[in-house]
Amino acid sequence: MSGTAIVVTSGKGGVGKTTAAANIGAGLAMSGPSVALVDADIGLRNLDLVLGLENRIVYDLVNVVEGACDVQKALIRHKHIDNLSLLPAAQSRDKSAVTPDQMKALTLSLKESFDFVILDCPAGIEQGFKNAISGADRAIVVTTPEMSAVRDADRIIGMLESEQVRDPWLIVNRIRPDMVKRHDMMNVDDLIEFLKVELLGVVPDDESIIISTNRGVPAVMEERSRAGQAFRDIAARIMGNDVPIAAMLEPDDWLGRFAKWLGISRG
Amino acid sequence: MMEFLARLFGRVETETSRECAKNRLRLVLVQDRATLSPQVMEQLKSELIEVISRYLDIDEGDMRVELDTSDSSVALVASIPVKEVKRESAGAF
Repeated sequence: MSGTAIVVTSGKGGVGKTTAAANIGAGLAMSGPSVALVDADIGLRNLDLVLGLENRIVYDLVNVVEGACDVQKALIRHKHIDNLSLLPAAQSRDKSAVTPDQMKALTLSLKESFDFVILDCPAGIEQGFKNAISGADRAIVVTTPEMSAVRDADRIIGMLESEQVRDPWLIVNRIRPDMVKRHDMMNVDDLIEFLKVELLGVVPDDESIIISTNRGVPAVMEERSRAGQAFRDIAARIMGNDVPIAAMLEPDDWLGRFAKWLGISRG
Repeated sequence: MMEFLARLFGRVETETSRECAKNRLRLVLVQDRATLSPQVMEQLKSELIEVISRYLDIDEGDMRVELDTSDSSVALVASIPVKEVKRESAGAF
C-alpha cells in the first residue's frame, strides 16, 4: 500500500497549523482511512497536547531516524480513534537533528502502512520546513485573514513550488463572519485573489478550539463545535467528496441560528 | 453641517479597514514576489550577454543587472558598459 503524505504548513507561527493538523488527521481517521500524524516541529513539540497523548510518549521521531527504535514502536495509538497514530517530535533536540533525506525516508516508510500521513510543519522557512516538506505529496497552507499571515503564506506557496510540491490547498482559519460583514476583515475571496490557490476549507474563529485543546480532545470529535464541523468538511474534501463551503461564512449570532432553524439563508 | 448630514446619510466614503489591508498587501506582495533566485539571475545575465554581444562589445565585468522595487512597481534595471559598437552592427540597416 502507498498512502498520501500531506504537509500542513503556514510560514507564520500561531495561525493554527498544529490544531489544523490534529483535526484533519482525526477527521480523516474518523471517516475510515488509517492516519499517521507526524509532529515535525522538533524541539517545540505540541501535537501530542492537542491530541491528549502527552503522557504516552516513550520514543520520538529523532529516536526513529537515528535507528534507536523501530517506527512502529514509536507510534502512539489514539485513545478513542483506533486508526489514528501519532509520531511525536523530540523535545530536547532541534531541527538539525534530522535531514530532509531522513524525513523523506521516514515519510515513505509510513506511507506503506497508512492511507494518510499528515505532517505538522514548524513555523519558518528554515531547515525544519525543508525537512517537513521533503517527503510530502501535497501541502495544505494554513492562513488567517490577517496581512502578516497572508504575506507569509504567499512566500511559503512560492517556496513549495520551487521545492516541487505543486498545487497547495489553502485553509483560511479563524475567519470572523461578523467582521467580514462590516468590512473590517478581508474575506475568503480576497485571500484567494492574492494567493491564487485552491481553497480547501474555511474555519470560523471558535472558542471551542481552545476548550478542545484544554481537554486534549480534537474539535472534530465534538459534534456541536463549528470549527470541528469545518474540519470534518475539510477531511471529507481531502477524501474527494464535494462539500459546500458557504455555511461557515454566515455570522453565528442568534438571528443566524434562528434563520438556520427556519431554513433561511441570509445574504 | 454638511459633513454631519453627509455622515448621517452615509455619503462620506471612508476606506474600510478591509480595503486598507488589501491595498497595503497588494504593494507588499508585488515587492516580495520580485525576487529571482541567484541561479535564475545568473542565467538571465548570461543570456543577456549572449544576445547583446551579437551587436555590441560589452564589458561583462562591470555589468550590473538587478530588480528594482523601490516604487510600487518592479523594474529590471541593467547597466551594461559598452566598449565598442561592432562594425557590422553600425553599418546594418
